[in-house]
Amino acid sequence: MPKTQLTPTETKNMMLQVADAIIEAEPILTDADRALGDGDHGVGMERGMNAIKEKLGASEYTSVGKVFMDVGMAMMSSMGGASGAVFGTLFRAGGKSIKDSESLTAKDLAELITSGTQSVMDRGGAKPGDKTMIDALDPAATAAQEAADQPLNEAITAVAAAGEAGRDASKAMIATMGRAKTLGEKSIGHPDAGAVSIAIILNTMKNFINN
Amino acid sequence: MSELKKLINDPLKVADELVEGLIDAYNGDCISVGQRSLALKNIPEGKVALLVGGGSGHEPIYHGLVGKNLADGAACGDIFAAPPPGIVFEATEAVDQGKGVLYLYGNYAGDVMNFDIGAELAEDEDIDVRTVLICDDVASAPPTEKQNRRGVAGLVPIVKLVGAASQTANSLEELETAAKKACLMTRSIGVSMSPGSIPATGKPTFDIDPDKIGLGMGIHGEPGVGEIPMTTTDELVPQMLDYLFKDFEADEDVDALGEGDEIILFVNSLGATTMMECLIALRKAKQILSERGIKVYDVIVGPLVTCQEMTGISFSFTKLDDELKTYWNLSCQSVCYTKLEGHQGA
Repeated sequence: MPKTQLTPTETKNMMLQVADAIIEAEPILTDADRALGDGDHGVGMERGMNAIKEKLGASEYTSVGKVFMDVGMAMMSSMGGASGAVFGTLFRAGGKSIKDSESLTAKDLAELITSGTQSVMDRGGAKPGDKTMIDALDPAATAAQEAADQPLNEAITAVAAAGEAGRDASKAMIATMGRAKTLGEKSIGHPDAGAVSIAIILNTMKNFINN
Repeated sequence: MSELKKLINDPLKVADELVEGLIDAYNGDCISVGQRSLALKNIPEGKVALLVGGGSGHEPIYHGLVGKNLADGAACGDIFAAPPPGIVFEATEAVDQGKGVLYLYGNYAGDVMNFDIGAELAEDEDIDVRTVLICDDVASAPPTEKQNRRGVAGLVPIVKLVGAASQTANSLEELETAAKKACLMTRSIGVSMSPGSIPATGKPTFDIDPDKIGLGMGIHGEPGVGEIPMTTTDELVPQMLDYLFKDFEADEDVDALGEGDEIILFVNSLGATTMMECLIALRKAKQILSERGIKVYDVIVGPLVTCQEMTGISFSFTKLDDELKTYWNLSCQSVCYTKLEGHQGA
């Protein structure tokens, strides 16, 4: 049954499901990163997801923000690389912005994604259009803000769709950040691997909240 | 292509196990620190510390450059991935002797973010940190944007010079200034003929036509900026060195390389290219430099900055002045690079 908000325990279970979805998608992420980078994104994400499963599996939560903060900390301390820093920052800073929330509403979702995205941009210097995960996150944040007054299940559906559209839009962009930037125009035609991960994360959240 | 015969254990434990082995290779000169760092055993009290680091899988760098008159410690990441902030912090605490720590590492987005977060953690503990980024790959950005260049093989002569400078530096600022000079004076250009592989997946890091050479290839196997047909050493080396000569000429921050100048010449193999091939390339480079009247003060040659079984070579020039020469003349010892007392190539 679609959920209009989530308890901390449901939020934890959702993120455990996200971890499994990313682990399953490892070959897809590896191939996406091989086209533009050195192909280590899938393995790095898999390592981060295993750390999340270990951390969340052993914890009980009363705050939904704390679930996301632990997701961020687990990723940052286990993954390394650019992915560890940016995904860690995304969830840590996003989670911190809703650390007092006892249930995850559409408003919290908007705050989570908006704060997290801003912190990633501050840390790494990427802007929309640079062909990074920001190109999936930024439209997702906008969609989340627009849907902040709706039930969570409707909001996440719009957010996941915006993330997917952002991932697809990244195909046409020229990479200007990270290792892919030396490819210049050769980067056109492939989506950014980080944006692919974001789309999978948001879609898995959507499926969890709508089932 | 036949399956690679990779002699490893659990593919996900490769980085941890190689660092364990590296500490064994130091045989008592280095200690293991925290999750995956190493530090020199007896760092003099009050010394300005030098910390290097980056992704594993490029051995013998970066962590193999911890040693006498070289780096004091290294923060080691997973294969081709920057070390997480916690590891950077643990290494920083281990090498700090109260005079601050200089971070010296290759310019990659992941390394910059993780080392920056590590530096913030260190500053919370009142440890002064400064950062100098190695940006020596001339193929990765024009001279006007050289702060955006990748760090490649030039890190070996750079860490050698800065390690020597750190023995006598009175302050973190002084060491930072010396490091900036060593970086400014060092330029590299690389090529690759075939990819390395990621140990955890066994997959090649990129694809390249068997008849082509990737020009400007990065040490992580990032595709190059252009492809040229496969050729001979004597055809390829002049093209590569031209990039370096032209870069010194085009960059307003340095003088062009000319007659009477002295350089350190580093011919690096990216892994599978043999010493035989490096020596043939070195021979051609030396001829070209001699014709231009440029003196080779010392030579480094061999597979020091590698990417698994990637084939390819790179050339690095470090232009010397009296200050850098003084640093170069100091002997040093590590798993990656050792220079004997009084030795000086010419």
